Amino acid sequence: MLVRVQEHGAVVLIEVKEERLDAHNSGELKAQMLNLFEEGKNNMVVDLQEVRFVDSSGLGALVSGFKNASARSGNLKLSGLQPQVKSMFELTRLHRVFEIFPGTQEALASF
Amino acid sequence: MMSEKIEIDIKVPNQTRYLSLIGKIGEDIARTLKRYHGDREELAYHINLVLTEAMTNAIHHANEGDPEKEVHITITLLGRNLNIKVYDQGQGFNVAALPIPEPQNLEDHGRGIYIIRALMDHVSYRRTNGGNVLEMVKCLEEI
Repeated sequence: MLVRVQEHGAVVLIEVKEERLDAHNSGELKAQMLNLFEEGKNNMVVDLQEVRFVDSSGLGALVSGFKNASARSGNLKLSGLQPQVKSMFELTRLHRVFEIFPGTQEALASF
Repeated sequence: MMSEKIEIDIKVPNQTRYLSLIGKIGEDIARTLKRYHGDREELAYHINLVLTEAMTNAIHHANEGDPEKEVHITITLLGRNLNIKVYDQGQGFNVAALPIPEPQNLEDHGRGIYIIRALMDHVSYRRTNGGNVLEMVKCLEEI
């Protein structure tokens, strides 16, 4: 799983550099987020601009990250959802759970 | 006029690295449906997705991650019906017993079958020789 992790003050930006986020690689994203939580980084933006396809496992990894962040009084927000990816959040009603921003700048500025 | 028929039969090892290969085959089939008047790109995504979800269930739950087992997939397009079957070699699981996921419960798992049911017109899971088959049918009304 290719991700780029950058710190922007108290917020970590995770850019997922994969076309697919599915049962094959979502576990790695989950592990990556857990490492960050263990380092005390509880505010995250996950940017999905390059992700064209997400399945229920990919959604599950993001939900897991969201729950971990919330439990630590942090937040996990999303940015850059392509239309088909956004429709997955709508189908599973997760668009009501996550704060979703068009781009990383807006997402980072919202903290 | 005879209706167009496409039939694809493929077997892959019981490993998630083949999800994208099978998903892409499904997408490409949706894109060949020149007579489909609906949103072909949306259909392509949905077929990719249900194949990915069904295969993931077979790999993790039915075949219990055993890399020696295999997943067998058939995709048949006959007239308006797109029929997808995913065969596993395991004990299976009770599809009917799965609850509808509630967004407020925020579970990490359990959305796969819900997604398949939401996107396909007919879904069944039954025992077959040496395993089970998850059958999903989409009626392409806009053809």
